Amino acid sequence: MSAPVLVPPLGDPRPMPVPQVHETTMPNGLRLVVVPRPGVPLVELRLRVPFAAATPRTAAVHAARTAVLSGAVLLGTAQHDELQLAQLLQAQGAELSVSADADRLLLATTMLPGGLGEVLGIVAELLGSATYPARQVEAERSRVGERLRIARSQPGLIARTALAERRYGSHPYAQQLPSAELVGAVTPAALRKLHRERVLPAGSTLVLVGDVDPAAAADAVGTALAGWSAEGVAVTAPPAPVTAPGPLELVHRAGAVQSNIRLGGPAPGRTDPQLAAVRLASMVFGGYFSSRLVENLRERRGYTYSPRSSVEHLVAGSSFLVDADVATEVTGPALLETLYELGRMALTPVTEAELESARRYLLGTLALGTATHAGLASTLSALFGSGLSAEWLADHQQALAAVGVDEVTEAARRWLAPTGLTAVVVGDAERITDPLGAVGPVEVRPAPIAPAPQAGE
Amino acid sequence: MTAAQGDLVLRHPVERFTLDNGLRVVLAPDRSVPVVAVSVFYDVGMRSEPPGRTGFAHLFEHMMFQGSANVPKMEHARLVQAAGGTFNGSTHQDYTNYFQALPAEALERALFLEADRMAAPAITPENLRNQIDVVKEEIRVNVLNRPYGAFPWLQLPPIAFETFANTHDGYGSFVDLESSTVDDAQDFFDRYYAPANAVLCIGGDLDVTETEQLVRRWFDQVPARPAPPMPNTGEPSPTAVRRGVVEDPLAPAPAVAIGWRVPDPVNDLDTYLGTVLLTELLSEGDASRLERRLLHTDQLAVGQSSYLGLFGDPFDVRDATLLVTQVHHPAEVSTDAVLRAVHEEVEKVATDGVPAEELARVTARAEAQLLQQADSVLGRTLGFAAAELVHGRAELAGELAARLAAVTPDQVQTAARGLSPDTAAVLELRAGGAR
Repeated sequence: MSAPVLVPPLGDPRPMPVPQVHETTMPNGLRLVVVPRPGVPLVELRLRVPFAAATPRTAAVHAARTAVLSGAVLLGTAQHDELQLAQLLQAQGAELSVSADADRLLLATTMLPGGLGEVLGIVAELLGSATYPARQVEAERSRVGERLRIARSQPGLIARTALAERRYGSHPYAQQLPSAELVGAVTPAALRKLHRERVLPAGSTLVLVGDVDPAAAADAVGTALAGWSAEGVAVTAPPAPVTAPGPLELVHRAGAVQSNIRLGGPAPGRTDPQLAAVRLASMVFGGYFSSRLVENLRERRGYTYSPRSSVEHLVAGSSFLVDADVATEVTGPALLETLYELGRMALTPVTEAELESARRYLLGTLALGTATHAGLASTLSALFGSGLSAEWLADHQQALAAVGVDEVTEAARRWLAPTGLTAVVVGDAERITDPLGAVGPVEVRPAPIAPAPQAGE
Repeated sequence: MTAAQGDLVLRHPVERFTLDNGLRVVLAPDRSVPVVAVSVFYDVGMRSEPPGRTGFAHLFEHMMFQGSANVPKMEHARLVQAAGGTFNGSTHQDYTNYFQALPAEALERALFLEADRMAAPAITPENLRNQIDVVKEEIRVNVLNRPYGAFPWLQLPPIAFETFANTHDGYGSFVDLESSTVDDAQDFFDRYYAPANAVLCIGGDLDVTETEQLVRRWFDQVPARPAPPMPNTGEPSPTAVRRGVVEDPLAPAPAVAIGWRVPDPVNDLDTYLGTVLLTELLSEGDASRLERRLLHTDQLAVGQSSYLGLFGDPFDVRDATLLVTQVHHPAEVSTDAVLRAVHEEVEKVATDGVPAEELARVTARAEAQLLQQADSVLGRTLGFAAAELVHGRAELAGELAARLAAVTPDQVQTAARGLSPDTAAVLELRAGGAR
């Protein structure tokens, strides 16, 4: 569709300032990445430690221990108790968040610039001498258990977990949420062992972005973290399997007023030459508001509030994902329209206008996303953690600029075709099994982990 | 104090002017990154809705994306996104906003789009029907199909307040949404979407003179209409405790929310700033009083948070509003045990005051968070716009960190004395989800 003549034309793009990335490797193997930035007087810190399960056999226990360790690492060090640690950080405007996913443990915080040395000192204490005191660990374990139970009642999470189990089988990536039973069995000794064996400087990356001087920051890191000397090699996940999509799996959730449709399949990784074309195909399909899926499901039919597709990267495998939460009574038609739009992507070319719009959007949001201290720090942390460097940003922009319609069609045929995608729907099986069955084979299973809602009671 | 107070005032000059049709314009140039943010704040929110039209402010927000005189349906999104920009809108208690963040070269396009829908949005039966369906799905995904879906932002106000403005469901009942007509929408637009009832705020990589010309080129032609009178949302302070219970059939574990009336955020800002830091002191982070007491010392809860204003931003809301403390706890722990612990922690602050050293830490953390919000051009621009609309002074957004740094322990103690257990509103959520 062409825009009305009244619309003001766009001016010439202004070049994004290229971030000055100062990179060094410390004697203990830690990579340090510093980006000085003007703007608000803050520093963002991201410390990424590879933390994948070593083998499929140990994945479930590893996930449970990691979930407890993320909170318990803050419960005390040889020098300070939990409250003192929190207060010392708070005085610098900081609060350390520790989170884990299937690939890594991440320590992240923002701070006022004068606090860099102090915060690095606290981080060094946590890395080198976290104590995992028994009473506090027990309490943390029960909090994690309660939070897991609450998380598991969220339909979006039930759907994501079911899709991961279906796609990854026995691979560690199938472990989206640890089991409450295994969490309950985590001991302080197990946490100390996990910390000793896996919280290692070699393979880890520390990113600092903001109001910092690179040389002074390197000195501060050298002083604070010189004693972090654990030996060993970082563990990354084995390559993720590519499973053949079976029949659609329907996870029963009695009385649900909505159905959560999730489709997923493999996608090219960050260094794959097809990545740019697949990202553009995903945008045209359902990656942003101006996409076919949003126009069809939301704006034309009113089936859903926010359907979307995305390309996500884990170290051992990337994914193309589709999400739509739709009214129960239109579940069948909504799945049909989703598959139709995927098939159309795979078999017929997108328009030049669709491609140009998606391209400018991806380039524009890349610029917006890395314009803040926090956005740049998180992006660089993910890139360096995947073995890449800041140059990837410029290379990827050039790759996005060069993709043509034919390459998008080719990529969509290979990666977006509906026959290649694993599908899961969470919803009221009594009401949606028949309509979904009209679109293709369906396997129904009871809700594996979550309590069934009691509608209308 | 870890940073000199001078450093805490954002160094972004603010320029303002008013068009003949009454539109207030604020420009906040910052040329460090080639992006701009454009926002329009209309002085109409959920609290402006009349009886029988609950949810209408939010439904109308959806209608503003359905096209306008020179922009076909779906084209607004395309024109912003194809320029490399992002957009959205949101409905709050006291305002509705629309915003874009774009590469700087797309500034004029964004101004054209906002002016076109300020003049004439496409209010048609088809668009209204479609968006009623979309809004119903939004309510299903955020409220009806989700544990703790409306807790406590839709369920606490009916207990804490008296007037329709403050107590009704701002997402809207399905009955009210379904019965909304094109005439309702047109009336709502005529009444509330006048240029004189709006603030246009533009931040980022812009030249002030050139931008003023662009604003005049597109917005001067929007016809003037009188601004409606400001709704009176204030209420007398409560004199007794009020309690309510909500059953959540999907929730696996109980929760409780406590709401205390706080000073007028606009006309009594100095007192209110003490409440802002009290909120942080009670609940922000691992060192906070309630995190220590509820999660660590007494192990009564799995999570707690406190915030001012039902949407979590203390500076974008008018009188009357609440400090809300929200606690998720195991079924084995009684609601009363949680309430007792919370009230005791507040009472300690009211009686013993706050050590200066603790307040300095809390202030440092609050400042860092304010600065973090201001790190993005969009975040900063929305802050300036909300301050101009709600407080009449965009500059306030840049001064907040320094204003908080000047709050004394006495002010925080005074704030705590206002949080009486005898006038709190308490909402208990009972979990119906099987264990």
